[in-house]
Amino acid sequence: MTARNIAMTIDQVAVRFGGLVAISDMSFTVGEGEIVSLIGPNGAGKTTAFNVMTGFLTPSAGQVTYQGTTLTGLKPHEIADLGLIRTFQRTSVFPNDTVYHNLLIGLHRQGRVRLLDAILGLPGARASERKLRQKAGELIEWVGLERRAHDLAGSLSYGEQRLVGVALALAAEPSMLLLDEPVSGMNASETHRFVELIRSIRDRGITILLVEHDMPMVMTVSDRIVVLNYGRIIAEGTPEVIRNDPAVIEAYLGHGAASA
Amino acid sequence: MRIALTILAFLALASVPLWLRDPYLLNALITTGIFVIGAMSLNLLLGFTGQLSLGHIAFFGIGAYVSALTSLGFDVGLPGDLRLVHAPWPPIAGFVLAILVAGLCGYFVGLLSFRVRGAYFVIVTISFAEVVRLVALNWVELTQGPLALTNIPSIALPLPGFGEMTLRTKMHNYYLVLVVALIAYLLIARLVHSHFGRAMRGLMENETLAVSVGIDVTRTLTIAAVISAAIAGAAGSLYAHYIRIIDPEVFAFINTVTMVIMVISGGKGSLAGPVVGGLIFGLLPVALRPVMAPEAQWIAYGSVLIAILFVLPRGIVPSLAQRFSRRRSNAPALAPVALTETGAKEPA
Ligand SMILES: Nc1ncnc2c1ncn2[C@@H]1O[C@H](COP(=O)(O)OP(=O)(O)OP(=O)(O)O)[C@@H](O)[C@H]1O
Ligand SMILES: [Mg+2]
Repeated sequence: MTARNIAMTIDQVAVRFGGLVAISDMSFTVGEGEIVSLIGPNGAGKTTAFNVMTGFLTPSAGQVTYQGTTLTGLKPHEIADLGLIRTFQRTSVFPNDTVYHNLLIGLHRQGRVRLLDAILGLPGARASERKLRQKAGELIEWVGLERRAHDLAGSLSYGEQRLVGVALALAAEPSMLLLDEPVSGMNASETHRFVELIRSIRDRGITILLVEHDMPMVMTVSDRIVVLNYGRIIAEGTPEVIRNDPAVIEAYLGHGAASA
Repeated sequence: MRIALTILAFLALASVPLWLRDPYLLNALITTGIFVIGAMSLNLLLGFTGQLSLGHIAFFGIGAYVSALTSLGFDVGLPGDLRLVHAPWPPIAGFVLAILVAGLCGYFVGLLSFRVRGAYFVIVTISFAEVVRLVALNWVELTQGPLALTNIPSIALPLPGFGEMTLRTKMHNYYLVLVVALIAYLLIARLVHSHFGRAMRGLMENETLAVSVGIDVTRTLTIAAVISAAIAGAAGSLYAHYIRIIDPEVFAFINTVTMVIMVISGGKGSLAGPVVGGLIFGLLPVALRPVMAPEAQWIAYGSVLIAILFVLPRGIVPSLAQRFSRRRSNAPALAPVALTETGAKEPA
């Protein structure tokens, strides 16, 4: 690994749900501009880790630091304001709005104007609206959903809704993006397109932490992989290292292959 | 299309006093108009954030009392031999204070309840209305309690250069209410179409997703509560200076229920919904009075509401709008759309 600035530090994080230990003592770092994958069998604690990083869950122990800010105690919207944005494992859109209006809602962080300016329709607020509309259009084009722009998001196919979810996350202007199983439910060609999309997101300078069960995809796209099993990190390294790690093969491919 | 309809409706309403001379009907229209403003404010919360304020009349009543007391003046004892004395101010100052104080109350109610939402907000608002009613009933020195505040002056508009114009006649008050209603309508329309409105919508549709893109729940809902309460306070002030007498009965739960019925029947979450529902349920008593005892009227209200929701389940305005747009989109086959810079629909 080349020397990069560290974007995120996960430091001895533990999460317990009652008696169940979802994560026990997890520590790793993600460098600026890196694509890191967090993999592991079902129930390993990947989504739980995302929930901790984005303020939806308070860890039982340890802390997460993003660009020098300790995230403990921050609310999800405050963490989003630091540029740390996530997507959700289950499809998550604003179902009763069109794709286009979904994006306008997602652009919230870029569209902040003073309340009075918005109510009075002052030039500043109007210019901001124009900019948002243009950006919404660009984002829709970027994920390739032009033809669906004016359909209700809830009426889209599963794969398309996942693209809306990614577009929404991008609308929030991330400096780091957490993607939770973005290609599940996508067919091979959609997945291929999505890999290109991830690369172009990274080329914009956005750091990416990816949770994904699709191993070929993880192996092609990742700079580094962190392997989680039963809430514990069992391996960490480049795709080559992980591919040949006996512990990973044992723990992950051993029983995960059947359920993935 | 929608704007043309709105302008047309406004012009129709503005023409009413020119051909309707019956003071009884004009009176009914004025009080209905005041309650329509209250219903619009309730809709901002219920329809656009999904939060049900079942004590909404509290903000209306606070507006009424603040405005009345500001223009009447008062002299009350405080603990420790202090006295609070206020000389009468012009009613227009009462109107402004009513908006500010009601808005402030909305802020505190929001602050108290929006950390935990849903049923909690309903309970806090109901309790708040009851507490305010008890204060109005028992702080006799300030409010005259059940004896009511009487002789509340009519609103006088300052006309630069001409002194001022006191709004005494029904026609004056009709236009005053109409103008305030229009301002409230436009304010809410601007708000819900701004990025604040989109934040509210996002929270109502998918709160988890909304906060993940940086929308602050507490702040967004509190802004909505403040504006909603302030508009209700304005309506209360109009009420006090028009009826010119208020007592603690103004806080009765049934008044909140009336506003909720107006919103639900007209269609929550639609701008015109509370206006349509408000006109129907505000004027229904006028139609029913010759044929029914006042107690029986509530049964009729209930029946009309059920009938409306049976035929138009989402409320009059949204259901009709949906049918209309479905019929339109059925006619020509939908052309594929491309995004223009403004995002408008355009044939590809
Ligand atoms: N809110 C919760 N309350 C109780 N237990 C939970 C909760 N969330 C997750 N768990 C448990 O914590 C463990 C880790 O779950 P998590 O969702 O993080 O796994 P995952 O790695 O994302 O799995 P998958 O690949 O299936 O998405 C599981 O045993 C799960 O049942
Ligand atoms: Mg998961």
